[in-house]
Formats: sequence, structure tokens, C-alpha cells
Amino acid sequence: MTTTSSRILSRIYEILVNILDFVFGGLQRLVGANNMAYVFVLPNLLIFGIFILLPVILNFFYAFTGGTEFFLSERPYVGGQNFNQLFDCESFLEPNSCREDLFWRAVFNTAGYVFFQVIIMVGVSLLTAIILNRKIVARGFFRSVFFYPVLLSPIVVALIWKWILQENGLFNGILDGMGYDKIQFLTNVTWARFWVIMISVWAYMGFYTLILLAGLQAIPSSLYEAAQIDGASPWDQFRRITMPLLRPTMLVVVILSLIRAVQVFDIIFAFTRGGPGTATLTIVQYIYEIGFASPARRFGIASSASILMAGVLVIATLMQLYLNREED
Amino acid sequence: MASVSEFVTRTRGKKGLHFTDYLTYAYLTLGTIIMFGPVLWLVLSSFKSSGEVVKFPPRLLPYQQEMVVVEGYDEPLPMFRATLESGDVRDLAQIRRIGLESQLIDPANPEQVIKVNIENREPIESVEFNLNNYREGIQSFDFARYLRNSVVVTVLATALTLLVNSMAAFGLSKYKFAGRDAIFVIMISTLMVPISVILVPIFLVITNVGWNNTLIGIIVPGAATPTGVFLLRQYMLTIPDELLDSARIDGASEWRIYLQIILPLARPALAVLMIFSIMWRWNDFLWPKIVLSQSEFFTLQVGLQTFQSELNIQWHLILAMTVLTLLPITLVFSFLQKYITTGIATTGMK
Repeated sequence: MTTTSSRILSRIYEILVNILDFVFGGLQRLVGANNMAYVFVLPNLLIFGIFILLPVILNFFYAFTGGTEFFLSERPYVGGQNFNQLFDCESFLEPNSCREDLFWRAVFNTAGYVFFQVIIMVGVSLLTAIILNRKIVARGFFRSVFFYPVLLSPIVVALIWKWILQENGLFNGILDGMGYDKIQFLTNVTWARFWVIMISVWAYMGFYTLILLAGLQAIPSSLYEAAQIDGASPWDQFRRITMPLLRPTMLVVVILSLIRAVQVFDIIFAFTRGGPGTATLTIVQYIYEIGFASPARRFGIASSASILMAGVLVIATLMQLYLNREED
Repeated sequence: MASVSEFVTRTRGKKGLHFTDYLTYAYLTLGTIIMFGPVLWLVLSSFKSSGEVVKFPPRLLPYQQEMVVVEGYDEPLPMFRATLESGDVRDLAQIRRIGLESQLIDPANPEQVIKVNIENREPIESVEFNLNNYREGIQSFDFARYLRNSVVVTVLATALTLLVNSMAAFGLSKYKFAGRDAIFVIMISTLMVPISVILVPIFLVITNVGWNNTLIGIIVPGAATPTGVFLLRQYMLTIPDELLDSARIDGASEWRIYLQIILPLARPALAVLMIFSIMWRWNDFLWPKIVLSQSEFFTLQVGLQTFQSELNIQWHLILAMTVLTLLPITLVFSFLQKYITTGIATTGMK
């Protein structure tokens, strides 16, 4: 049954190839065999140029022009005024003293989120990967268990946890059953920040676990066998074999989770909408609110903020790569 | 039974379970509860009635009060187990409640009204998976339309991504031409530019092209992923050039080489990119939210988020619609989980 259907499919594919070959064969005679490379690269290059490269360049035009007009031709050049405005602070440690106080709140919130989230994410993923790498029953099943939330959309993840953490939710029900008072998980500043980090770890740890697991499985088992013969303890083996050989994979995981954490938006937006107050407002939400959701759309400020964020991303990544190179 | 326990406790060369094995299985059990528990809780809650949903403390299973239809009453009556003054315990239907007094009748003998203090009656409940939330939710949450939009976006965008990325990767990996390295370097350097960084200008481009409020405005911009080109190019570099040359000697055109040699051989890398693309597109929120302002084009994620911010308190409806939203991806995952996890683990990040 399957062989017939796959034979039919491959027959259809063959016919399709022949038709396309007729068209592109003519094209090839026209431009020459080696120039076909341009034909292959062109569609991707067009989309890339129009929707990625051009916006990257236009972003700078927005950042250096002011006003609330959307079209670039109607926006007056203001030089570095947008950046000055963002950095207009009496003290950089006190968001309230800044002209754009929301921006600095978002910066501090995001920095705190990134710091704790990356550490917990890498730690939990590494522990899980090491455990999944042991000789265990049903490894495939458990690998899928930890990976399942990765497939859920951030909106769904946020709603699931909002439901669990709400005032009359499951956690408060358990607390109540144990004789404790209810906790306002979503409207208390500290708890909201804590749970924003925890649900992100819950949602994405499976992805990093998979990458680390692949890294662990690439370490030849003969190394461990040799170490065992030499009488190395499991801790020694972990420190002297696993950690050094896992370093490149760890680097990938740290960079990926860092980049993703800096850009966090949808999961928090659907979970707390940046609240309570501005306690979980992040940089991307700030850019979104100021450029698209507020009545006075300040595109210049939004673009400037996004350029600053991109700068931080690039610097952080280069630093990671540089530090890793030094130690090699 | 013995063989099962032997299977579960077998270890590498050692006899019996080491204490670290117990720790391992304890961790995995806890992990399974933490990973699946919240989703299970959501699904169970989605079957609860609107009254049950707001009840505190919450109960695990969806309970429904038993109702009975009695002749002479238009509405079905709720059933209670009442303790009468005489000490008898009887199952009765409540016809009305006045203050602290409940007026009950025996469904078998509806003529006689029995009055009982509300303290002395307990509702009779049974576990029932009620679909009312789903029926009611679908009236204001246009699930079918959002699903269709999401499927259209995911399928077309993934097909387009695979096509243009594999073509570009083929060109960049198997030909020498002027500007090749420059193109590659520029593409790779934008690997770190996520859409959230270029939000304002990309919206300008979309507006100029006239793609606001269209599905094509969500599909096309993200199709030329540098990640995808990079992944496929690295994979295609490992395909020997001799294969291509011998095909050329046999008279195959470049296009035929791409379709009949490169694509079949690059299938593992294409599968990984396909999985990634489906995940990105299905779960994407920020970009569709900016491009779309009319609800007829909403994808599931934008629709669900709008739905929940409009009906902040109507949890019973939000829960049911959240379950509907996570259902398709869960079904796909349960069939393809082996390919997805091994695919990402092996080729995904190299």
C-alpha cells in the first residue's frame, strides 16, 4: 500500500521535474551553466534584501529622525537627539530620574530576567541532559516529555500558567489545603518576576536539553572507560572529561539562550502584560508599545532603542566567542 | 511481572540499582509531572462549568451537579442529598430556594414539597466532561477561521522557506561566482538580527508593498532565513562534487541536478529546517500581531491573545479555546516526536 502511494508520489515528482526542467533548461541555455548560480540565489536574495537588509538600513534613518510621522520623507532629521533623549538621566541607576523612565525600567527588568533565566536555564538543561544520557529505560519517551512544552506557543504557555497561578488557581488551592494563606502570584512584583523566569525555563529547557544531550553523546565512551581503569571518580570524570569536551556545545547553548532572553516578548506579554505596573516590562515590549500600541507613535525612539538592543546582542555574542577562544 | 521489574532495573554491567539510579528515576518522574501536569490541569479544567471554574479550592476533576427533569417544571432541577428533620437522608430535587430555606421535591412524587435548611443539603455531583465551554467559546472565538489562517501561513511559509533557502544554499555551496562570499558573509552577519530589532522599518516596507492585513505579509518576509541557508549550505558542502559532474556529463541541466541529486541527498537537513520552520510559524506572535489588525486574518496565536484580553474573567471559555489551540501541535508531535527530537539533536545545531 505504502509502496504504491510512494511510487505515485515519486512519479508526480518526476513529471514536475520534467516540466520545470523544460522551463529552466531554456533559461540555462540563455544565461550559461555557471550563471545559473545567480538564478538559484536570486529568490532568497530578493526576499532577504527587501525584508531584512533594507529594514536594517532603514532602522538607522528612523533613529536619526524625529516626529510622529511614519513615512521617512515626512520625518525631519534630528541627529542623535533620540539617543540623547534615551540617555537623558540624572542617575542611570534610578529609572525615575530619566526622561524616558519606561525605557530604563525595561532595561533593568530585562537585565535581571536575562541574568537569572540564562543561569537557571543552562543549569536545569545540563542536569536533565546528563540524566537523560545515563543508561535509562525509555529514554526516547523522557526526551519527548521534556521537549513537549517547546512546541507550545508562548501564548498558550502563558495562559496555562496564568490559570495555575491566578488567585483561585491550583497553587493557591494546594497552599490552602496545607493551611497557608493565598499568595498573589501575579500581582506581587517579586512573585511575578520569579514566575516569568520559571515559565520561560519550563517552556524552553527541552530545546537546550536536546542540544546538550547531542553534545554529551558525541563524547567517545572510550574516554570514560579509560578513566575508570585509571580509577577516576565519577566527579573527576565529569570535571576532566565531560566539562571540557562539552564546552563548544555549552557555548552554543549560552549564546542562544542569551539572545533569546534579551528579546523576550510574547510569553511575558500574554502572561503579565508587563505588570504589575511595569515590573515585568521588557525592552521588546517597550519598543512595541512605543512604536505600535501607544496613541502617539514615537518611531524614532523605538528604532533607537532597538539599535541599542541589537548592539548589546552583538557585543555579548562577540564577548562570549572571544572568551571561549582565549581559553582554548 | 518478574521480567518487567528485571527490565526496569537492568543497568550497565552492574547488579541491581545504584542509589544514583533511584535519584535519576525520581528526577524523571518529577520532571514528567512538572512538564505534563500543567497541560493536563488545563485540559481537565476546560471541561468544568463556569461555576465550577471559579470555585475555591479547585477540584481536580470536572464535576457537574446532577439534574433531573420533573413534569410540571420547565427547567431541569438540580439534585440534592438532603438530611430531613426526621434524620432520613433522601435524594431530592430543588424547586426553589428562599433565603436559608430550600424547597425540595421527590422526583418520583412531585406533589409534596419538603422544606430543608440549606445547611442540611449537599449537591449530588458526578464527574462529567462537559463540552459546553467549547460550544459557547466557538461562538465568539472563530476557531475554524484562525486555524485555517494558521495552517495556510505555516504550510505556505514552510514550503517557500524550504524552496528559496535550498536553492540559495545550492548556489552558495556548489558554484564559484563573483560576489558569492560577500553574499554569504552579509547573510550570516544578519543571523543575529531578529525581527524584533527591525520592527519599525520592516513595518514601513510592508506598508509600502501594500501587504498590511494580508496573510502574504506574514508569509514572505520571514522566508529568507539566514539560519536555514547556513544549515543547508553546511550540509550540501558534504555532497561530493563528482556526483554533480557525472550528472552533467550525462547531460543533466543544473536545475535537474538541484531537483534530483541535491534535494534528495539533503533530505535530513531539509527535514530539520522544516521542523524549525513549522515551529517558528505556528507559534509566531509579534509579527502577525503587527501586520494584522483585522480579525478575519488573525492566526490562532493572535486570535487567542486577543480573545483572552477581551474576556479577562471568563476563564471557562479561555481554557477551552487554549486547549483547541494546543491540540493540533500536540497531535503532530505525538506522531512525529521521534523524528523531531532526533532531528534537532543530531543535525540541528552542527
